[in-house]
Amino acid sequence: MTNKPVQAAIEGWFTLDTDTPHLIGACCDKCGTYYFPKTLSFCKNPACDSTTFNEVELSRTGKIWSYTNACYKPPEPFVAEEPFVPYAIAAVELEKEKMIILGQVVKGVDVDQMKVGQTAELVLETLHEDDDAIKVTWKWQPQR
Amino acid sequence: MSQDIAVLGVGMHPWGKWGRNFSEYGVYAAREALKDAGIPWQDVQFVSGAATMRCGYPGYVAGATIAQALGWQGAQVNTSYAACASGSQALAAARAKILAGECEVALVVGADTTPKGFLAPAKGYRPEDPDWLRFYLGITNPSYFALYARRRMDLYGDTEEDFGLVKIKNSENGFTNPNARYKKKFTMEEIKNSAMVADPLRLLQICATSDGGAAMIVSSMEYAKRIGKANAVKVAAVSTVTPSFASAVVEMPDIATDSAAAAGVEAHSFRAALPKKAYEQAGIGPEDVSLAEVYDLSSALELDWYEDLMLCPRGEAAQLVREGATKLGGRLPVNTSGGLACFGEAVPAQAIAQVCELTWQLRGQAGERQIANPKVGITANQGLFGHGSSVILKR
Repeated sequence: MTNKPVQAAIEGWFTLDTDTPHLIGACCDKCGTYYFPKTLSFCKNPACDSTTFNEVELSRTGKIWSYTNACYKPPEPFVAEEPFVPYAIAAVELEKEKMIILGQVVKGVDVDQMKVGQTAELVLETLHEDDDAIKVTWKWQPQR
Repeated sequence: MSQDIAVLGVGMHPWGKWGRNFSEYGVYAAREALKDAGIPWQDVQFVSGAATMRCGYPGYVAGATIAQALGWQGAQVNTSYAACASGSQALAAARAKILAGECEVALVVGADTTPKGFLAPAKGYRPEDPDWLRFYLGITNPSYFALYARRRMDLYGDTEEDFGLVKIKNSENGFTNPNARYKKKFTMEEIKNSAMVADPLRLLQICATSDGGAAMIVSSMEYAKRIGKANAVKVAAVSTVTPSFASAVVEMPDIATDSAAAAGVEAHSFRAALPKKAYEQAGIGPEDVSLAEVYDLSSALELDWYEDLMLCPRGEAAQLVREGATKLGGRLPVNTSGGLACFGEAVPAQAIAQVCELTWQLRGQAGERQIANPKVGITANQGLFGHGSSVILKR
């Protein structure tokens, strides 16, 4: 184990709460459209001309819309472990926000342990380490 | 008043990995199309090029680059960029100009030279760029195709064999196509033994990138009559609509869909919107379609298109391929050219290549790929950034 500090791989996109992390999105003040990543400029709902948004924490659980895995090492800027370890990917539908969010699936869970419609929960896990820090990101944890 | 324009000529440079300048493929294809149309280059009044982003500045101004390579002759010029739909957008520009009476005859052309290896985003730490972000998180192009494929399996009961049947069909279709890059008839065993890339998709079910060029000479119906080609194949519709908010499907390169949480907002499928507009323009329906050329970025995606084109109800596409309905000789052949499975994608040329194949089929000039008595053909494709297209040709 190292004593490196834990940092968000992408700052400001999720809370660093180890037990119950949330993605940080935005919600339009006027029409209630959610955004991830958060947008704070112009609402994209064609029927809304709002420019004011509230920063919100998005739902931590949703239903798996679909899933796959990565059997080959992606190109940069992905930072791969050596040797490369395949990982699963899930697209998860949030009910309240009515949107789908992609992410890696936690280590150790492969496609044969997932199903469309299954509940998944947001967790934080290491994306990669650099010389100074452990960079964490959001991942989906399918529920049994 | 008729909104039809005539397809006087079509031409292609064979797809491959030739490593030459893209404009060479474009000029070759343009000369083939001019020869096919039987008109001299000097008579072309408008050059509508499809841009390539990979070939430096000449690629951004592909219309002018190819016009200069053919020999400047004072035509009006335009270059379109719409990702995979660039070729259709170039055709849409030519069609608009012809129907507005601003020109009578136009060249539509697209060509590309692709680099070796992965297409990767620009360097640096740039999380505000969705394309950079998804690569950083480990989500590549095949990830998206695989998500769509897996959803079909879980929702509709499609199998890996169904996707394999699509690949086998396309490899048989492309086998005799002189313009195809891959000419090999694959077996189910070979497909199932190819490496898994993104479960459930294997290497042989995901399209490659290629060099290639395609071109068309299009004109007003009046012009076609004057040169004795009143019976030319006609373009009846060119749809290049954007998606409608909110997107129902997570699309490359995004990490999330739109939210459909606001009152009055529903989730919409972009793919389904593209042919809908084309059918409307042409004043025909899916029941009139004799054949289709669709964007099989993966073998599984071809099945999604059957449903988006309304060739069968949602969820029933696999049945069509199991029955052999979409093979050569079936009741509704799809990707008679061999599709992306046999071509690989040459982005700015690909949407034009789809139209070239429909033209040859509708004229009865498709050689060993020829299907019996087709009357109406439709294309469909989708690319990045809310671009896509659907073109309808008729006899």
